[in-house]
Amino acid sequence: MKTLRIAAWSCLALVALASIFAPWLAPHGYAWQDRESFSAPPSREHWLGTDDLGRDRFARVLYGTRVSLLLAPAASLLSTLLAVLIGGVAGYCGGFWERTAMAATDLCLSLPWLFLLITVRAVLPLDVSPFTSVVVTFGVLGLLGWTSAARVLCASAKMLRSSDFLRQARAAGISAPRIFWIHVVPHLRPILAAQFWISIPVFILSEANLGILGLGVPEPMPSWGSLLREMEGLVSFREEPWKFVPLALLVAVVTAFQLILSDKEQVAA
Amino acid sequence: MRRKALHHVVSLVLVIVAGGFLSATLVRLAPGRDADESMLDPHLSSASRQALMAARHNDQSAVQFYVDSTRKLLRGDLGISQSLGQPVAKLIRERAPATARLVSLGLLIGWTAALAFAFTSNVVRARSYEIATIALSAALLSLPAAVLALLSVMWNLGGSLAIGLAVFPRVHRYARNLLDAAYARPHIITARAKGLSGSRILFFHVIPVAGPQLLAVAGISLSMAVGAAIPVEALCGIAGIGQLAWQAAMSRDLPVIVHITRIVALLTVAANSLADLAASANREPAQ
Repeated sequence: MKTLRIAAWSCLALVALASIFAPWLAPHGYAWQDRESFSAPPSREHWLGTDDLGRDRFARVLYGTRVSLLLAPAASLLSTLLAVLIGGVAGYCGGFWERTAMAATDLCLSLPWLFLLITVRAVLPLDVSPFTSVVVTFGVLGLLGWTSAARVLCASAKMLRSSDFLRQARAAGISAPRIFWIHVVPHLRPILAAQFWISIPVFILSEANLGILGLGVPEPMPSWGSLLREMEGLVSFREEPWKFVPLALLVAVVTAFQLILSDKEQVAA
Repeated sequence: MRRKALHHVVSLVLVIVAGGFLSATLVRLAPGRDADESMLDPHLSSASRQALMAARHNDQSAVQFYVDSTRKLLRGDLGISQSLGQPVAKLIRERAPATARLVSLGLLIGWTAALAFAFTSNVVRARSYEIATIALSAALLSLPAAVLALLSVMWNLGGSLAIGLAVFPRVHRYARNLLDAAYARPHIITARAKGLSGSRILFFHVIPVAGPQLLAVAGISLSMAVGAAIPVEALCGIAGIGQLAWQAAMSRDLPVIVHITRIVALLTVAANSLADLAASANREPAQ
């Protein structure tokens, strides 16, 4: 298991490094068009060929990796913060707040969130820049993905509520917000970290789903979801195997996250 | 038990009320709601344009809009689709059977495969078999439902299999953990040592322990399957609710999408509540 975990970390590090050095590895950029070669197979100039607009697929994969690997953690951070604010506070306060927050969480958990995502995504204005749209897509993911983490955090905060050191802090007259931020949140840190890491692959997969449906990151900016759309219409794997590279990368990264997270899941549970 | 049932009923009412208000608010706040394509018609005079604008501004108040839309909803009127020009209720009625067939078959495939793999890994007890099933489950967990749909189109496998494969890893993971815990119980180890047959142990000792918890997952797996139905129907060309929702999202047809989300939310919350109540009812006699 340790060897597998080392392999997973190496895979993630390699992919992250390749995306960081994208401007050097693919100097043309993701939007540059080679008007001489549309839908070209791999060559020395274009390692993964070009798409139907003549854009270098290798560059798009590298920049798309950058978008997915940068913004999924950002969305995860947002959802973890919301989870601590909703679940952690509810667990710490207890009583009516806990019951209400957990009822809302259970309700949100039972909803098919792809429906919610496309509903919220459809409401957004059409005339926004690609960058804003990317931020909004991952922001929406973060805003809707707090539920399972909130449940776990609520249970953990609830356990802490009756601990001796918190009783002592309350008896000493320390205000409730101060107790929560200074004494409760540091104890929730391992769970917060685990929830943060666990959410990343979930958001990567959600963005891929939205991207394939054309509701994710807009053109010309690439993401794994929008790159996977190229698989639409293929009739066999052998036809154009280089179009499967984004899929292979996505599977490798998400599997690597799963391997790394196998011990964190126990903490989060 | 009664308290729990009441809690679920309150949840359902909340979904109806809050969902209704949210959908009305979304429709009202959506950018471009006050605009009408017909206003671009060069044949219209400025007075006609003013009249159109006035008609659109009639329901300015959000509360008024909510009350109106709820009143219409109670009469079964979900409005008219902006992109398809047909009543939303009719569109949903026409497409619901296809989604119901797809989702139920997908759930059947996913659950059968998950339970079969989870059970056989406890019976076979070979490390290589266990690793193979975990690897299969992990590989499927790394694939978005939309990719499974694309692959099923490529290999002509049908949409139900894609939904089944999307549901399988989540259910398998849970079922495996539950069955592992059930088989590790002292009375089951004793039953095994005494030479009881595998089927007797399963039906008389394992299922009564793990069954209620598995039943609770049934509700969650329904929302997974319904969620997976959007990409599967959209990419496999199945004329169901998921495809309608996708088309509505692409064309920003808000009346359609909010009503679909509301109905789907209501159904999944009801299914979750039923599964939870059934699990509790089964658990209580055991206690």
